[in-house]
Amino acid sequence: MTYSAKLIDHYENPRNVGALDKGDPTVGTGLVGAPACGDVMKLQIKVGRDGVIEDAKFKTFGCGSAIASSSLATEWIKGKSIDEAETIKNTDIAQQLSLPPVKIHCSVLAEDAIKAAIRDYREKNGQAAAPAAEAAAR
Amino acid sequence: MNANSKPSEAMNSTTDFRGKNAPAEPIYLDYQATTPTDPRVVDAMLPYFTQKFGNPHSRNHAHGWDAEAAVENARRQVASIIKADEREVVFTSGATESNNLAIKGVMRFHKDRRNHMITLVTEHKCVLDSARHLEMEGVDVTYLPVQQNGLVDLAVLKAAITDKTALVSIMAVNNEIGVIQPLAEIGKICRERGVHFHTDAAQAVGKIPLDVNAMNIDLMSISGHKVYGPKGIGALYVRRKPRVRLEALIHGGGQERGLRSGTLPTPLCVGLGEACAIAEREMAAEAERLRYLRDRLLKGISDALPETYVNGDLEQRIPGNLNISFAYVEGEGLMMGIKNLAVSSGSACTSASREPSYVLRALGVEEELAHTSLRFGFGRFTTEQDIDIAVENVVSAVRRLRSMSPLWEMAQEGIDIKSIKWAEH
Repeated sequence: MTYSAKLIDHYENPRNVGALDKGDPTVGTGLVGAPACGDVMKLQIKVGRDGVIEDAKFKTFGCGSAIASSSLATEWIKGKSIDEAETIKNTDIAQQLSLPPVKIHCSVLAEDAIKAAIRDYREKNGQAAAPAAEAAAR
Repeated sequence: MNANSKPSEAMNSTTDFRGKNAPAEPIYLDYQATTPTDPRVVDAMLPYFTQKFGNPHSRNHAHGWDAEAAVENARRQVASIIKADEREVVFTSGATESNNLAIKGVMRFHKDRRNHMITLVTEHKCVLDSARHLEMEGVDVTYLPVQQNGLVDLAVLKAAITDKTALVSIMAVNNEIGVIQPLAEIGKICRERGVHFHTDAAQAVGKIPLDVNAMNIDLMSISGHKVYGPKGIGALYVRRKPRVRLEALIHGGGQERGLRSGTLPTPLCVGLGEACAIAEREMAAEAERLRYLRDRLLKGISDALPETYVNGDLEQRIPGNLNISFAYVEGEGLMMGIKNLAVSSGSACTSASREPSYVLRALGVEEELAHTSLRFGFGRFTTEQDIDIAVENVVSAVRRLRSMSPLWEMAQEGIDIKSIKWAEH
């Protein structure tokens, strides 16, 4: 399979690999996928008082497209408010990385990971999720 | 993926036809997928494209006679490596056709009286698909499981044979994990019960000693391109005494004793014959060399990396295969990290089903580990340096990918990944 230069760059030089403290109330953690399906993404956000994502980290078990999708996701959400981050669509990620059709699920997983991290942050901080976001996560 | 055998290079150099000035080509470690044609084989084939182009079935002139003599010599060479009589060798287009002919041919001939056949769940797709096709024609097929080491349980095989069984089809060597089935024992059981024994020996010929008589094998499929011969040629051994009856799949001029009509491709037959002759001469020494390389690869990887697992029996195995699971690192992601090595993966992240290898699943390898497996296949043109580069690349890629794997992180923290409720997707 041939991959785009952008995808290969994210695979070879992934941005924001690492972990944030799960116990920190300003950190939201999303863990999506399943080992039996061949991909698992853990994406974490650290949110400032103004609701802006100050930092994001990820770790991914999966193919090159899954790694690149999660790397790109962390890059995009850093500096955005959580409400903005929530609007990122898998199709944006797929397009940016020129994912081949059989790899679209990797971008879906990255979108899910962003949403799961935001949901976790909100639950920790007693905020109800925005109704629209809830619906989109389904 | 790029194979390493550009024909022009093959002819330019006999020492390193992979081309020393072509460093961009990945090191080829996928010898179970295919092998490069040995330059000696190419040399033997070339005259039969041009000067000696005759139709081997033409009886009226020297062109035909020359071609026929070449084909019959090749038939003897093929017969010799499996200790058969040359009259028992039928040329085909490859092991897929041989397997189709053996399985469909025998079952269609016998199914009015005996309509049952037995095979293994770990067989090559062309055996399994032929069996599936026969099921639609009313044949009963038993798909036997294998043990954790990949080998058939002989007691289970014995118990599965009934008085309706016409055929047992069990591969000699598995293409993914390289394990060698106990052919002589299977043959003995089949002979005692009066059941035909077919073996798909595509991965075995030239790798391990085979003797159709000592092993009581009635039909054997042979591939050209797995034994450093050309693609597009194979053979089926069909026993004469006691005679094995089968129906042809391809009808026409009645060549190959009516079992496989069509003009024989003289250059390809010559290539298969020469490939067998070379393999027969060099097999013992080559097996020893490959075992050394295999041990070196395995030691290099397992000394440097914890939690790596060899899939399939390590003793009952051809020396040119290693199939290893690298826990917590997905196979396809790993392949991308070792792009100067041409290997294949047991993960199937690209296929629509996203199911990992059915062979590994049949051994009881859990899905999450099956997704982390790589197959290393090496052979005649693999050097010690290739193996050392492979070890170095694999070790550093696995370390890097583990450092960014959430599963590895959980394992280090002592979290059992099975205790987590994963959302299947």
